[in-house]
Amino acid sequence: MLAGWQDKVLQVGLALVAIAGVVALVVLVVALLERRRTKERWIALVFAGPALVLLAVGLIYPMGGTALMSLYDGAQTRFVGLDNYKWIFTDPAAVRSLLNTLIWLVVVPAASTGFGFLYALLIDGSRFERFTKTLMFMPMAISFVGASIIWKFVYAYRDVSRPQIGLLNQILIWLGQEPRQFLIDSPWNTLFLIVVMIWTQTGYAMVLLSAAIKAMPVDVVEAARLDGAGGLRMLTNITVPLVRPTLVVVFTTIAIGSLKVFDIVRTMTGGQYDTQVIANTMYDQSFRYGQPGIGSAIAVLLLVMVAPVIAFNVHQLRRNREVRG
Amino acid sequence: MRSVNRRLRRAAALATALVLATAGVTACSSGDRQAADADVDCTKYEQWADLSGETISIYSPYVGADQERLENSWAGFSQCTGAEIVYEGSTDFESQIQVRIQGGNAPDIAFIPQPALVSGLAQQGVLIPASDTVAASVEAGWSESFADYATVDGTLYGSPLTTGVKSYVWYSVPLFEAGGYQAPATWEDLLDLTAQIHADTGQRVWCDGFESGAATGWPGTDWLEDLVLRTAGEDVYDQWIAHEIPFDDPQIATALDEVGKILKNTDYVNAGFGDTTSIASTNQIDALTAVTDGESCYMSHRTASATFDEDITVAPDGDVWGFYLPGTSADAPKQLVGGGEFTVAFTETDAVESLRQYLASDTWANDIVTQGMVSANIGVDPANAPTPQLENAIELLQSDGAVFRFDASDLMPTAVGGGTFWKGMTDWVLGSTTAQVLSDIESSWND
Repeated sequence: MLAGWQDKVLQVGLALVAIAGVVALVVLVVALLERRRTKERWIALVFAGPALVLLAVGLIYPMGGTALMSLYDGAQTRFVGLDNYKWIFTDPAAVRSLLNTLIWLVVVPAASTGFGFLYALLIDGSRFERFTKTLMFMPMAISFVGASIIWKFVYAYRDVSRPQIGLLNQILIWLGQEPRQFLIDSPWNTLFLIVVMIWTQTGYAMVLLSAAIKAMPVDVVEAARLDGAGGLRMLTNITVPLVRPTLVVVFTTIAIGSLKVFDIVRTMTGGQYDTQVIANTMYDQSFRYGQPGIGSAIAVLLLVMVAPVIAFNVHQLRRNREVRG
Repeated sequence: MRSVNRRLRRAAALATALVLATAGVTACSSGDRQAADADVDCTKYEQWADLSGETISIYSPYVGADQERLENSWAGFSQCTGAEIVYEGSTDFESQIQVRIQGGNAPDIAFIPQPALVSGLAQQGVLIPASDTVAASVEAGWSESFADYATVDGTLYGSPLTTGVKSYVWYSVPLFEAGGYQAPATWEDLLDLTAQIHADTGQRVWCDGFESGAATGWPGTDWLEDLVLRTAGEDVYDQWIAHEIPFDDPQIATALDEVGKILKNTDYVNAGFGDTTSIASTNQIDALTAVTDGESCYMSHRTASATFDEDITVAPDGDVWGFYLPGTSADAPKQLVGGGEFTVAFTETDAVESLRQYLASDTWANDIVTQGMVSANIGVDPANAPTPQLENAIELLQSDGAVFRFDASDLMPTAVGGGTFWKGMTDWVLGSTTAQVLSDIESSWND
């Protein structure tokens, strides 16, 4: 009961902090607008105000709450300082999930952007461009959970004496190999999960990069052609530099997605067989094991990891806009 | 008049709360109710006074077919006493019950499947203790361990409701008959039988699967629990749950090694699914189903309430039948691991008290058994069970000196019982050693 009472006080305190924050923000905006005419200032306030309030209530306040929760124990009654953070970096299972997330972070954006770019280059201007693009883009329309279930069938395993229901194992048998338990054999199983995300994200990368390729200034491309650039030189000296901003945005967007990956792991292995990732660990700790302290600590860590990528992403987006004018 | 009134009231509630499509379905079920009303024997319910105009709300994790069974079970009580029982089930019960309590919207009565949640709520001070009448019913109807699970600081807060029995081995009747095999009397006999069948046929004898989505591994915990109860006894089992002995105590290791004599032997498992590691990726329902086709597999371990396809005959002379997972000695009392729920109340009125008394009584226990669920109440007549499967489970529960223990993984802290214990059992079939797995689980258990 005491814990509940303390919680209430904390919540009230946090709410006050949040309100103070909002007021400070409004004052700041007003101060910035001071030099302009009064009417404009009021218009700015009317438009920006609700968004700022929503931002404070929906983002800043819970963020502060989560950070605070991460300093308390499982029952949220005892202040434990940074113990929860220490746990993330010392518990073997948690370290494993950090490591796996790192693998996701490296492989998924690189492969998705790479394949998407290659595909966009190959089909650019071909006769079946629209049809092949649609094919490639379709997995993007499937939810992660749906895609996971589809791939679970692809990876399904049966004893060699039985009819196979999994596509991949049937292919192995046609090739005279033994069927394999793709989702269980660590560490390869993480790569087989990663394939699912690459499958859904490549279409997204392809569509954006294809648009960027088509947006290349015709005069530059023609000048390069006249100068005798072809094939590889065209690619390295003209195409890549021109679509670079889009490449970076696509890469970082997919990187953010793979840091947060949750549904695929949850649906396909439940984080077992050494495939755990940090977003899923966060869910397990907060909602299944009754350890909101650890769960919050992981959430804060995730935020710290995603924040620079988002900042870079936004920065690049704005630069793109400036370049295009 | 009363039933018309009730239907009118329900129609009004539906109009506000539900879409029209659902109203169609419910209209059908109230038709069924009317048919049942015709032949209700009200003498059973005479001890409860007239409760006309009273409404009692019940909240529980049971939906679908179980919800229907529950609602049918108290239809007669409702009809004869006039109390209206509003039932609501939720698959997200464990978290939603907390939300409803915090929001001042607690139901009158809840059915809670986790003893730990019962004691947690009791310590929060939100539960109404059981009355003397309810306590007397519990004492008369159930073994001591049931009452212990719902007792906090010497006060009884809940009465046991239905009971699930896990300690079963399901076997293929045609395969056993063809080979002339008999249900074993002891654990050693079971191992011998397994070796015998393997020697005779060269087949892998057992099917088992731990895969269950995010809950993968839980069927493995049942194996270990059953063997701890058999090789170490109920006192060690209780100490194990309470963490009075470490998870990696030698007695637990012995029990797990006994399980390993079957599950870790590639000659014995996993028929039709692969080697022993395929246990981890085989769905637990698929493994059980493999016993029913009369060729794939001889035996599988699962609960008494296992459900099979409709065209499968579950009987001693059918397609599949179960025997008690035997203990170390043939004459020892039956040792049963299982689950169940506890009825607790959040409000204190005469109507709620009457319903609690009814739900704790053997009158209700027989009503629910008739509907197709198992109760461990000793006042239940096994003949009331609609299938031989349920009849057998009830007879086991009522057998001389039967020892019942609640599923250990449900009693441990969730991070262990619903986390590292599941993961540990999965790692174990994938090749980790007994010592490694048990010490991993032990190190995750922070008191």
